Amino acid sequence: MKKTIITVVGNDTVGIIAKVCAYLADNNVNILDISQTIVQGYFNMMMVADTSGCGKDNGTLSKELAALGDEIGVVIRCQHEDIFNKMHRI
Amino acid sequence: MINIFEVNETNKMIEQENLDVRTITMGISLLDCIDSDLDKVNHNIYEKITTLAKDLVSTGDKISMEYGIPIVNKRISVTPIALIGGAACKTSEDFVTIARTLDKAAKTVGVNFIGGYSALVSKGMTPAEELLIRSIPQALAVTERVCSSVNVGSTKTGINMDAVKLMGEIVLATAEASKEQDSLGCAKLVVFCNAPDDNPFMAGAFHGVTEADCIINVGVSGPGVVKTALQKVRGADFETLCEMIKRTAFKVTRVGQLVAQEASKRLGVPFGIVDLSLAPTPAIGDSVAEILEEIGLERVGAPGTTAALALLNDQVKKGGVMASTAVGGLSGAFIPVSEDQGMIDAVNLGALTLEKLEAMTCVCSVGLDMIAIPGDTKASTIAGIIADESAIGMINQKTTAVRLIPVIGKGVGETVEFGGLLGYAPIMPVNAFSCERFVERGGRIPAPIHSFKN
Repeated sequence: MKKTIITVVGNDTVGIIAKVCAYLADNNVNILDISQTIVQGYFNMMMVADTSGCGKDNGTLSKELAALGDEIGVVIRCQHEDIFNKMHRI
Repeated sequence: MINIFEVNETNKMIEQENLDVRTITMGISLLDCIDSDLDKVNHNIYEKITTLAKDLVSTGDKISMEYGIPIVNKRISVTPIALIGGAACKTSEDFVTIARTLDKAAKTVGVNFIGGYSALVSKGMTPAEELLIRSIPQALAVTERVCSSVNVGSTKTGINMDAVKLMGEIVLATAEASKEQDSLGCAKLVVFCNAPDDNPFMAGAFHGVTEADCIINVGVSGPGVVKTALQKVRGADFETLCEMIKRTAFKVTRVGQLVAQEASKRLGVPFGIVDLSLAPTPAIGDSVAEILEEIGLERVGAPGTTAALALLNDQVKKGGVMASTAVGGLSGAFIPVSEDQGMIDAVNLGALTLEKLEAMTCVCSVGLDMIAIPGDTKASTIAGIIADESAIGMINQKTTAVRLIPVIGKGVGETVEFGGLLGYAPIMPVNAFSCERFVERGGRIPAPIHSFKN
């Protein structure tokens, strides 16, 4: 399964999770796990998602999510999980 | 499963600390392009490069997008051209046609540099190699993306002092040929001792004859990441400091390994090596000098600098080696002056001199790199500096290199601007006493006794 890590960082506001989840649902991306924390006053969320059912490639997803982030006023990144696994797991 | 703190740590390295993959370099063997007909050689070279590397840039961009890690440069290294053009080139101008072909191929596939306009003459020079070396000033002046290197010595063979003398003249001629652009040509010319066959970093990259037909080498970077990590152990003892550098180097290198494997898989080209280098850029916070200052120096160049650099270099290797299946290239800390804001500041303050830089090259991975010197420096003096640096490499069984830029028309106190990754540099004074009689001797400095191992 192709797992993707989606991170959302920015000023907290109403409806961030709702909007991101709505986009993911529309694109048939399954959310496996969500964790959220506030770091130095910033909203900080990480989602582990399964994109294997999504028709769009990772590049397109990244671009569209980044654009959605601009709309809400947060930074959204969408990255293959392997960059984190490689760095933090032996 | 991966947690939010680990994800944040990685992304902070990328966003705030300039973690990036500095280069994916495709090494291409041109040995099968050799022909006695010059037009045919040029045709073969162009076809081979543009076929093998046609997807290099787009693949790099795709990997970058998917993993969210910047891949700054996509580059190509080729077999030393002195070997490829030897049968066809009867004059230096003939070799320049190959330089133009390389430039054209680089532009077609969209890479920003192509390395390998090179000659390996550590023991002796063939007529073809001498023709190539003599063509370097013109080749670098008429091309934009071609990089050149000459290996003038090795631990096994000693130092070819005829080549050293010639390179003193060639560096100066290259500066003269590109004087309209502040002698930029010299930024694309490296003189080596113990040049590695698999170096992915420019300007010294070439694809050695011991290599396979086509390979992918990757150079990682991240001085800012190391510096930020070291801020957490300020005041701690050396063991703690070293442990922190190792752990950080491990993480940085793992990213390089991942990108290298992905690029290799997608391009269908075998993976060569990861080069574990800390390569600075002129960006604030992306500086090797600042790491050394974080270790405890007021400025780079202060007493203690060589020791600090030695431990940094060694810990980077120790951490990186475990993170990758194969390491190679230059691997270590780079100390270019013009590409590192901390180095530039130290020179401007009078903390860092050419002599101290030379001492630092005894323990780091490269050599005297991107140093601007007065344009009226004598060719024999440049040759003397090359000889000194080669001797350090030869005796210590390590790679050393010289990339000096004698800026024509400028002197000490003035600044030269190269732009982009190459940065800017204050012109440094050079010892004015002559070494002409030394350089004039000619011949070869024999290999040291400890190279005699058979």
